[in-house]
Amino acid sequence: MTKRFGALTALDDVSLRLAPGAFHAILGENGAGKSTLVKCMMGYHRADAGRLLVDGQEHQVAGPRGAHHLGFGMVYQHFTLVPSMTVAENLILGRDDLPAVVAWAAERERMEAFLRRMPFRVDLDRAAGALAAGEKQKIEILKQLFLGRRVLILDEPTSVLTPDEADQILGVLRTMAREGQVTVVLITHKFREVEAFAHEVTVLRAGRRIGGGHVKDLTRGDLVAMMIPPMLAVEALTVLDDKALTAVRELSLAVGAGEILGVAGVSGNGQRELVETLAGQRSPEAGLIRVAGERYRPTRRQMRRRRVFVLPEEPLSNACVRTMTIAENLAFRNFDEPPIAVTGGFLSRRALHDRGRELIDRFKIRAAGPDASLDTLSGGNVQRTVLARELSQSPKVLVAQNPCAGLDVAATAEIRGRIMAARNAGAAVLFLSEDLDELMELADRIVVMFEGRLVYETARAAADPHVIGHSMASHL
Amino acid sequence: MTPDLGAWGVLIAVVGGAIRVSTPYLYVSLGETLTEKSGRVNLGLEGTLVMGAMSGYAISYLTGSPWLGVLVAGGIGAGFGLLHAAICNLPRVNDIAVGIALFLFGTGLAFFLGKPYIQPSAPRLPHLGLGAWSAYPQIRAAFEINALFVAGIVLALTLRWVFANTRWGLVVRTAGDNADAARALGYSLRGVRTLATMAGGFLAGVGGSFLSLYYPGTWNEGLSSGQGLMAIALVIFARWNPIHCFWVSLLFGAATALGPALQSIGYTSNYYLFNAAPYALTLVLLVWSSSPRHALFGAPSELTISK
Repeated sequence: MTKRFGALTALDDVSLRLAPGAFHAILGENGAGKSTLVKCMMGYHRADAGRLLVDGQEHQVAGPRGAHHLGFGMVYQHFTLVPSMTVAENLILGRDDLPAVVAWAAERERMEAFLRRMPFRVDLDRAAGALAAGEKQKIEILKQLFLGRRVLILDEPTSVLTPDEADQILGVLRTMAREGQVTVVLITHKFREVEAFAHEVTVLRAGRRIGGGHVKDLTRGDLVAMMIPPMLAVEALTVLDDKALTAVRELSLAVGAGEILGVAGVSGNGQRELVETLAGQRSPEAGLIRVAGERYRPTRRQMRRRRVFVLPEEPLSNACVRTMTIAENLAFRNFDEPPIAVTGGFLSRRALHDRGRELIDRFKIRAAGPDASLDTLSGGNVQRTVLARELSQSPKVLVAQNPCAGLDVAATAEIRGRIMAARNAGAAVLFLSEDLDELMELADRIVVMFEGRLVYETARAAADPHVIGHSMASHL
Repeated sequence: MTPDLGAWGVLIAVVGGAIRVSTPYLYVSLGETLTEKSGRVNLGLEGTLVMGAMSGYAISYLTGSPWLGVLVAGGIGAGFGLLHAAICNLPRVNDIAVGIALFLFGTGLAFFLGKPYIQPSAPRLPHLGLGAWSAYPQIRAAFEINALFVAGIVLALTLRWVFANTRWGLVVRTAGDNADAARALGYSLRGVRTLATMAGGFLAGVGGSFLSLYYPGTWNEGLSSGQGLMAIALVIFARWNPIHCFWVSLLFGAATALGPALQSIGYTSNYYLFNAAPYALTLVLLVWSSSPRHALFGAPSELTISK
């Protein structure tokens, strides 16, 4: 099924298979598309693409009533009991064939007979509003069962319950599923509930099915890795170079938080265009960039909000203005914010100076002073200046391209140490380098870029420099 | 020469007055109860009441049939209900503000269209002489009961039964108490509320026709003097219960009848003060029934005033 809301694809080609008596969990972060999926099943949303098959037959679900007709019932995160009504009134209210005049005596008899078969005890005459959260949730489930629903969809039903109440309710449902009385779909973001009660799981992320399968085959680590989006994700990115030739071809990659992804490759295979796109210097032809699962456009505001920083190659020409002072160059990221920006659109020279002084000291930039012109600095100190600017605001995403090219041993060690420290502080680092030894030393994973594509991937522990070197030169 | 009943005379006059005066309160409050049970407040019922009074009188005068006037008044009321509901169905519209606008619109339109009918005399609704057993003319006058009053009692009982025992009643209550639930059940909130507001408007229109066609029984611009608004306040005091609406309407009717009753035994000092009794009663009841500590008990939770 696919569902779009305007430009947003809330659900992207997700399939779900439910066997009779299954207890199927749908796991995902907020906004992963879990609710959208079940709302499409329940007929609240009309899917833009996709089919619903029940017992092998295709059905169009026009609305909730259509879904009820197929035996689908939903229990919502928020209670849909009418607080002023009694439990009995609430139970009968859900009937799609609610009679014009309710014959209460006969209905009461049916309800009592039904309740005798149920594992919960409830008082039919109490007002629903007076019940505790756990009781309400039980009534919600009872209501669906009373209405004869075969497939029970529960949308985070335990978010309002204590763990004991949650266990009791889910335990009963598991038993009923095992006995084949119902099929249960449980939407949740709690791993514990998946592990304790579900047979199968589907993990959604950003509207797509990321993984799933039998719960017993999956560890919690597997589930966590599936659920949490990578800090930086590039999806099918295509970028043209200055001659309008394709430099990056439908490239996809993902870098997790606290991970360094090393991109190896001979320069001229699209690395520069990739970095420029991530830095906002070049517009992609196609594809998109996500930071922490959300669409990212490299505007100044989004860079600041998402804390995405870039160390481009040749920083003197790409990331600095050589005729401005060191302090000014250091303030490119934050000159328009307090304390440097003061009211009325003016800058505080003193704050600018003080900030420059502080960074010069912290990053050991060898300079005459913050007010010296940038072109008085050596190459290593220009690199340190850019590094100081980009790392001083604790990056979430850091893109670095050949940051140590042409530097002496001490400066190289210093800069590598700073990048490692950023990674250890939780940044996702995309590290592009021509120096394979450097990648072997720093990266957690290594990919090889060739003619605008990734042609090889390996974990650092399993990396073989010969294989990498070979794939850098041609397709394997 | 009528026998003097003394203080009893006041009591009988108040009881009789309560029965006579309470009918518009009863109809408007039942209509508002129905509307509010569905989750909307229609403050425009004062305007609907006045429009009902004017149109009922005009139709009765033009056709000679007061009952046709009642029906048309109800129809006009339903039309005002539809207008209120249609505007409130638009996104980001506040039902209270729309109600106030329609209150002003209804009274203004009634005064404008009603100018030619202030002078002429229209046929009035007949009454049932339930006091015929008594020799006292005061008692006979007090028990001259209009059929609309009896119909109002039946209506209150019916409404209570409908809310508890029928699909319509349950759906209206769901729409008023938990909109999510109504949506989850696949009911159209707008549809339910539109119909409930129209039905409420119908009742208010009928209540208005009682004013001009039975008691006081003429059409003029000071006819309602805020009875529609008081009836809305009355709903809160009656806790959205149709049966309570009936008793509270009687209470308001009695308060309204107090001034004229005292006057009828010759007690004329502080006449205007006693005439203000229903307004004072409204204030007292609302202050008494409100609390800073808890929400109104029994209030439909989807009402804008409950949120």
